[in-house]
Amino acid sequence: MTSIASAIELPPAKGDSDEGGRRFEEVPPPADALVTVRGLTRDFPVQRGLFGRRSGQVRAVDGVTFWVGRGQTLGLVGESGSGKTTTGRALLRLIEPTAGEIRFDGQDVSAMDREALRRFRRKAQIVFQDPYGSLDPRMTVADTISEVLHVHRLTRGPATRERVLDLLRLVGLSAEHAARYPHEFSGGQRQRIGIARALAVEPQFIVCDEPVSALDVSVQAQVLNLLRDLQRQLGLSYLFIAHDLSVIRHVSDWIAVMYLGRIVELAAAAELAREPRHPYTRALLSAVPEPRLEEGSAPARIVLRGDIPDPASPPAGCPFHPRCQHPLRDADCARIRPPLAEKAKDHFAACIKTPSWPASGAPAA
Amino acid sequence: MPLLEVANLRTYFHTDGGTARAVDGVSFTLNEGEAVGIVGESGCGKSVTSLSILRLIAAPPGEIVEGSSVRLKGRELLALPEKQMREVRGNDIAMIFQEPMTSLNPVHKVGEQIAEAIRVHRKADRREAWSRAVEMLRLVGIPAPDQRAHDYPHQLSGGQRQRVMIAIALSCDPDLLIADEPTTALDVTIQAQILDLLSELRQRLGMALLLITHDLGVVAGVCDRVIVMYAGRIVEEGPVESVFADPRHPYTQGLLRAIPRLDAPAERLATIPGQVPSPAAWPPGCRFHPRCPFAWADCAAAEPALQDVSGGHRSRCWLERHPERRQAAASRSPGS
Repeated sequence: MTSIASAIELPPAKGDSDEGGRRFEEVPPPADALVTVRGLTRDFPVQRGLFGRRSGQVRAVDGVTFWVGRGQTLGLVGESGSGKTTTGRALLRLIEPTAGEIRFDGQDVSAMDREALRRFRRKAQIVFQDPYGSLDPRMTVADTISEVLHVHRLTRGPATRERVLDLLRLVGLSAEHAARYPHEFSGGQRQRIGIARALAVEPQFIVCDEPVSALDVSVQAQVLNLLRDLQRQLGLSYLFIAHDLSVIRHVSDWIAVMYLGRIVELAAAAELAREPRHPYTRALLSAVPEPRLEEGSAPARIVLRGDIPDPASPPAGCPFHPRCQHPLRDADCARIRPPLAEKAKDHFAACIKTPSWPASGAPAA
Repeated sequence: MPLLEVANLRTYFHTDGGTARAVDGVSFTLNEGEAVGIVGESGCGKSVTSLSILRLIAAPPGEIVEGSSVRLKGRELLALPEKQMREVRGNDIAMIFQEPMTSLNPVHKVGEQIAEAIRVHRKADRREAWSRAVEMLRLVGIPAPDQRAHDYPHQLSGGQRQRVMIAIALSCDPDLLIADEPTTALDVTIQAQILDLLSELRQRLGMALLLITHDLGVVAGVCDRVIVMYAGRIVEEGPVESVFADPRHPYTQGLLRAIPRLDAPAERLATIPGQVPSPAAWPPGCRFHPRCPFAWADCAAAEPALQDVSGGHRSRCWLERHPERRQAAASRSPGS
């Protein structure tokens, strides 16, 4: 919890900086939250030179706090180096977090031993971007899925084949696909196999890590519809990670926007798309190329200058300040680490130049 | 005279699995200074079309079939000796690709690589070429270009590397720039920068642009006209305003509806059933008919020609001759 405390200990506010508003870290997660993550942090060593000398570290995820409600989807969106993929993997402990607390259905995932983790992975699964890279080319589809069933001791003998066929039907494939190898499938079909494999253990929660980024738009729509149908049918909860804001807007109930390892904005999906509060989210939304030409329907495009900074040496204060086009941006932005604070009801943004909610000065209820 | 005239272009690949007719009778024109986008999904033939224009198809297995024609300012490129074709590439037509890192030489400074491109096509000594290289870096918006010219490709970000590729492509002042998925590997905020740069340079230098992309949104932002390809054929073309406001071909309509929209969320996305057919066995008649919600017997029997819709907007669909069928299908399945 140290990383959360450090975010709260700020230099005193002055001038037009607004650091009021409820902090997201102070908001109690709803009672029905399936997954809660507090202060999740992950450092990677940076190796340089011929002998891989450790010369520093990158904080890929920097004190991230969020939750995922039962049957809901939290969309995690960001560009290269935002830490979104690392967040998803650290949450499942596919890579070990450096700090932070992860709770799943009331259990402390951070403290789980090997055996507890194995049981946890029956409830929490992941679907990857590149299903081809995550499928063994020498195994048939039936073998791939049976292996999962065996590892978790879920079925034996003829029941296994029945279950495999059920799973294939569930994702829109048929019995005739069972004996085929991954190379015989199209990209969209392979993604369906990846989803069937994740569903084999009857999970409650799936981390979807860029599941449609490699697919053509018509196939992408098929897979997005499938994920939505499965969510309704099986009551699944998703952490949906993507760089495409239109896709994230479509699938999510809530959206968290990440930049250089931190969540810079978090709100209900419709609210965030309608009225983004963080200057970065505003730029990101306006940069999405949409196939429409109606005048006045789209916000004026904000073209950010400069590149995304190297995560190994992030800017001080607000990580976005060197590219920020907020009219009130000033020296404070380079000094103060902005907390993720309430800017409208249940709408949080990490920007000290965006007025808080309720309006600054009024005591928070 | 149009700048570029492509007529009945057919590019086939002869493989063990049969002949893949990747591009199969494509015709279009591009006027001076015009920006045209070719859109379509994987395997539609959009990239092979652009590579065929520059004769960058490896033969075998590839073959630009007899009877195809690519004319630049009236000159038939497909009949040119290779030596003259090399002069066309870079001088008259330049090309940039999706992944700039693979097109740049990792062991040479970026300034040298631009200078080399200049010296290949222009009489210039080393000093002149270097100072022109620095000018080009400035033109494409690289800050502190005299210092960056000494950088190696790995020292630059993805967006800066694409700027360097654009600098190399434009160094000989081409009439036409072909950009094949130039922003697909880039983050969305960097993509916005590169698209702005391309539009600005096109206007400033008066060059034509042929943009190949899977992203209909990118075309809407950059191009004057759009060509939609499916299964090696053009299925719809026209001014972007007209095609995006009133898409006529069922494939174009399906593609546009399948894209999630930021402003109009839907519970489910519209999909196009089935998959793109194999280029070794395109369906008979209209190649889209097995996936088309409107298809009837005529569609499997014969492929329609591109039918005029309005001012340069054309659609390769029998519905243009039988509009009553569109309404009938719409009333059968409301909302689809």
